[in-house]
Amino acid sequence: MKWKKGIAAVISLAFSASLLTACSGGGDKKTSANPAPADAWVIGGNFELSGGQATFGKAAVNGAQLVFDEINAKGGINGKQIKFVALDNKSEATESTNVASKLINQEKAVAILGCTTSGDTLGMVQMAMDKKVPVLSTSATNPKVTVDEKTSKTNDYIFRACFIDPFQGTVMANFSLNNLNKKTAAILTDNQAPYAKGLAQFYKEAFTKKGGQIVADESYVTGDQDFKAILTKIRATNPDVLYVPGYYEEVGKIVKQARELGMNIPVMGGDGWDSPKLVEIAGASALNNTFFSNHYSSEDKDPIVQDFVKKYKAKYNEVPDSMAVLGYDGALILVDALKRAGEPSAEKIKEALAATKDVQTVTGKISYDEFHNPIKAAAIIEMKDGKQTFKDKVQP
Amino acid sequence: MDVFIQQLINGLSLGSIYALIALGYTMVYGIIRLINFAHGDVYMVGAYVGFWATTQGWGFLPALVLSMVVSAILGVVIERLAYRRLRNSPKIAVLITAIGVSFLLENGGVLALGAKIRTFPNVFPEVQYHFFNGAVVITNRQLVIMVVTTLLMLLLQYVVHKTKTGKAMRAVSHDTQAAMLMGINVDNTISATFAIGSALAAAAGVLVGIYYNAINPYMGIMPGLKAFVAAVVGGIGVIPGAFVGGISLGVIEALVSGYGQSLYRDAVAFALLIIILIVKPSGLFGSNVREKV
Repeated sequence: MKWKKGIAAVISLAFSASLLTACSGGGDKKTSANPAPADAWVIGGNFELSGGQATFGKAAVNGAQLVFDEINAKGGINGKQIKFVALDNKSEATESTNVASKLINQEKAVAILGCTTSGDTLGMVQMAMDKKVPVLSTSATNPKVTVDEKTSKTNDYIFRACFIDPFQGTVMANFSLNNLNKKTAAILTDNQAPYAKGLAQFYKEAFTKKGGQIVADESYVTGDQDFKAILTKIRATNPDVLYVPGYYEEVGKIVKQARELGMNIPVMGGDGWDSPKLVEIAGASALNNTFFSNHYSSEDKDPIVQDFVKKYKAKYNEVPDSMAVLGYDGALILVDALKRAGEPSAEKIKEALAATKDVQTVTGKISYDEFHNPIKAAAIIEMKDGKQTFKDKVQP
Repeated sequence: MDVFIQQLINGLSLGSIYALIALGYTMVYGIIRLINFAHGDVYMVGAYVGFWATTQGWGFLPALVLSMVVSAILGVVIERLAYRRLRNSPKIAVLITAIGVSFLLENGGVLALGAKIRTFPNVFPEVQYHFFNGAVVITNRQLVIMVVTTLLMLLLQYVVHKTKTGKAMRAVSHDTQAAMLMGINVDNTISATFAIGSALAAAAGVLVGIYYNAINPYMGIMPGLKAFVAAVVGGIGVIPGAFVGGISLGVIEALVSGYGQSLYRDAVAFALLIIILIVKPSGLFGSNVREKV
């Protein structure tokens, strides 16, 4: 009966631990386990400040900091200042869990902003749900982040500032039909990337529903070198456009080899294209007549975008990328919800976030659908002589 | 028809690369009965040397020659340090050492050069030749791959059949003990084999770098395995066999992607390996050699 004793010990330990946290939480507020200090609202930041995605995290923190500085300069929210505590999750999902725990238990954050990648964000979803602390990820595009996979129920404390993967597929389908006026398309997907498969699936659905025809639907695997055979096969079906929603390394080779085969049709993709390496691999001239969907373009003439670019440049001396914009937008959405919530109660902030409607951000007016995904326009980028240029904005 | 010709061209240029790598596999196996699994990584090193040379502003031919020389030295050094002292040990010990050398080169490459992909500078501008109203396109880079491969193959045939070193190689491959008794320096001959094989792999590396324009430290794994398949299909240890095996594997892959399912391409290549090993283990060009008892 040793195991029974063991279980009893574990239970009693857990029990006393919960008692302890309840005590240290202080008895001044009965609604929340995480009361904020009297003088400021603490907003936690869980970001990739080192490791593989360090550039993502740093840009997002820079963007968010701009918002908080502005709000504080204007007197804060309901007279209270915002204290933004951004900690480093080292671009690792496990470390992201630790950071979330630190932010919740030690820093007493009322809400958490971050992370930039889906994987790292998923690392803290369970923790945030258990502790009932609202999380707003700046750029986690995987649908799983806000929706529980097993129960298909929305994770009610998790939100995001970016659109989700499948949405980009729909956007590009609309773009090929309406803006480019093309009726037949071929799809070439990375069979190993759920991201690419998601985009391809929704492209196909939207494209066929609106009268287009998919003439070829082919796949490759990550790391492939030679695409000539498959491209020759696609070429024989005579598509008007080619949709390649993969990552830049293979996309670069595909575009290059397609052009070598004399395929000069428009080639399109998603935000996985957004890397300087794309131009190096494919070559600037091969990339002419290619388009991809992205969160925003710094060349968008919209005054809101240009105003933001100017502000960001003035402070950090560089042109903001998508991650910086989404960091800024995430902070805007959060601040808007905090204002409406009025008090640092997790329950109220969560409800305010879910009710987000028509909040003006840099990437568009944001309202949440039932799955906490923002409904907003995507920017279409056209490659011209190796440079990204803003082509158009496509509404969902 | 035009689609078929295009696929044939695609297959030939891919197959040429396999053939060049397979030659090194088959030569080394022919002489010391070792599947040199580090061979694919020598090809990777060759590509990086070519990358370095072309970014320094060297032309295609000087870069190709430099890369072949450096890799030849690397091949000799690997044989000297890793395989020579195991020559009289069980075969499996050498085989595992070869896998170890392969990991060393891959991860050493990541450590020294970083895991990120590098792109070759534009060594010669691309020219496209159109046939059948543009239905068949061949680029000058594809032509260069095929021509260089054919020339190297002819050169190799000359070396193996007409020179003293070549004669020594054939003698050692036939019977090491007897060759030694005839006064052939076996160690030097084996070194020469590694040098030639590695140089051919390096040539393939440079050609791939120029053709596909992207290299990384792990680029040798898959082509290495495919070249191994090609060498076995052609009959391991037989030099023309490796050439034919490589070319046919490239064409088969292009046809599978073109007329079947592109995701089955690798599966078909390895299924071919299994079928050959079951039906004709000595390969297309191999003759059944009776084991000496």
